[in-house]
Amino acid sequence: MADAVHIPDEAETRARWGAFAWTAENAEQAKKVIARYPAGRQQSAVMPLLDLAQRQVGAETQTNGWLPVPVMEYIADQLDMPYMRVYEVATFYTMYNLAPVGRYHVQVCGTTPCMLRGSDDVFSACKNKGLVKGGTTPDGLFTLTEVECLGACANAPMVQINDDNFEDLTYDSMSAILDDLAAGKSPKIGPQIERQTSAPEGGPTTLKEMVGENHDYRGEWA
Amino acid sequence: MSDVIAPLADKDRIFTNVYGFQDWGIDAAMKRGDWDNTKKLMEIGQDEIIERIKASGLRGRGGAGFPTGMKWSFMPKESKDGRPSFLVINADESEPGSCKDREIVRHDPHKLIEGALIAGFAMRARAAYIYIRGEFIYEAKILFAAVEQAYEKGFLGKNACGSGYDFDVFVHRGAGAYICGEETAQIESIEGKKGQPRLKPPFPAGAGLYGCPTTVNNVESIAVGPTILRRGSEWFSSFGRENNKGTKLFQISGHVNKPCVVEESMGISFKELIDRHCGGIRGGWDNLLAVIPGGSSVPLVPAAQIMDAPMDFDGLRALGSGLGTAAVIVMDKSTDIVRAISRLSYFYKHESCGQCTPCREGTGWMWRVMERLRSGDADISEIDMLHQVTKQVEGHTICALGDAAAWPIQGLIRHFRPEIERRINENKGSAPVMEAAE
Repeated sequence: MADAVHIPDEAETRARWGAFAWTAENAEQAKKVIARYPAGRQQSAVMPLLDLAQRQVGAETQTNGWLPVPVMEYIADQLDMPYMRVYEVATFYTMYNLAPVGRYHVQVCGTTPCMLRGSDDVFSACKNKGLVKGGTTPDGLFTLTEVECLGACANAPMVQINDDNFEDLTYDSMSAILDDLAAGKSPKIGPQIERQTSAPEGGPTTLKEMVGENHDYRGEWA
Repeated sequence: MSDVIAPLADKDRIFTNVYGFQDWGIDAAMKRGDWDNTKKLMEIGQDEIIERIKASGLRGRGGAGFPTGMKWSFMPKESKDGRPSFLVINADESEPGSCKDREIVRHDPHKLIEGALIAGFAMRARAAYIYIRGEFIYEAKILFAAVEQAYEKGFLGKNACGSGYDFDVFVHRGAGAYICGEETAQIESIEGKKGQPRLKPPFPAGAGLYGCPTTVNNVESIAVGPTILRRGSEWFSSFGRENNKGTKLFQISGHVNKPCVVEESMGISFKELIDRHCGGIRGGWDNLLAVIPGGSSVPLVPAAQIMDAPMDFDGLRALGSGLGTAAVIVMDKSTDIVRAISRLSYFYKHESCGQCTPCREGTGWMWRVMERLRSGDADISEIDMLHQVTKQVEGHTICALGDAAAWPIQGLIRHFRPEIERRINENKGSAPVMEAAE
């Protein structure tokens, strides 16, 4: 983990987050999550609760959220787990941020299918807007991370920014998305070219009836 | 070379809303034929459902191609010690190139949920956990909502579909770890731990989730179940070649004119698949360099060999590669092939869980050598050394991630050794030859 981000100082973190507690809404949600798993197996809820906590921290800090140590301890207490088991999970999975990120977490996929379709250009677009891999812009707006395959390869290259995917990118469309976000606008999510999800560009080669109506093919079953 | 495979007709496509032109919701899905008298399907009987899935020739769609019906039959028929059984559905789609489960989950989720009930009932499971990768945030939202809809209609829960059988479906979100696509790592992850694979035996069918009998199936394997039962095993097995039956979602990425996801008959030739749905290779067929036909874990196949190859398990195995998840990564002649494979090596280095030494250390080592081969900053003998190291990683780890990291490199060396040597020689030529002063 030589390229790991710097985890903030513990005393500072404790002062800020030592009193972390669920909001009323999230406390309700946490209960619902724990109920998905058999009695006595509440440890299973650790991943959804870490996600919930990261979102709450994000909402409180106007960023995409992260997981301060006291927050992990809070979850460990709730699930009756040793803190170290929670920390293990938080450090194992890449979606848990161990350090603060910006308002927008720009996660550009750099794996081969995206690379073949031009993820280099997407990174260039980020670079020219002042984004640096592994860092947050001075205005706190953007954190750039190179991530591994996000499972949208037929729409490569792509980026996930907070909860939204932007697909079929070019240098220009990526630049425009970053400009829009910086200007407080909401760019269109999904494919950035004329295309319905993962159908071939220009229209589907199959199932054309489905374009205009919710076609029931059962009548054609022989 | 391949048998002639007739084009798949729209009426024989299972995932009719694969592109999401229409609503994913339960009412629209029911109009398309999902949840149509599911009770009647369950009345076929648990053992007979398994027999029919076996007879259909369905092989697991998650990559390994294990016969799905047979997998279900490994589950205990009754619980002797009171332990319940579980079905785990693997929607942790993370193999570079793969993007089909995403389409099922976000556009046809009710096929998956109905399939979960049918499969869970057949294997006598108490509940299904659908493990969806964390980055599928939008897709998970839809899945949660779709499950909710099925409960509201009485299709899940107590007396599911009026069948007298109680069955629950839960959704569990991952948080970014490729290894959790491995079945025992996935089970660990659902239990709230790091996703590190377990040693087998015990196999999950004996002791899996929470120590209970568990079967882990891919999304597509589960989602095709109800349609197979409705249309008959013979219908499904009428597509494809012997031992490679049925229809399949292909995902074509890379250097084709129109990348897409499309359901086709198993065994369709590569050329036909690309010409019919992807508008051909970028720059024409002469511009094709190589293809990774089944997701990043399988070795690449050079252009000349792949052209007429049937896209199925056995057809691609005959070429020293595999169908995997049918994630077809196409590379034209503009590709820096060594970089393309080296980037996959980086992927495996990043995703190694760190449990087994050959993989933890080997993936990093292989990537660093690959990066030097990319620039030619290496010695010719290091090609063989790299190949030897891949052989030392392969087969010496708990799970198949070590194999998956080794195979792409082996494929590169097998087919593109002259290109690697050229880079090394050119690099040597450009550098001044240093000789010791006498």
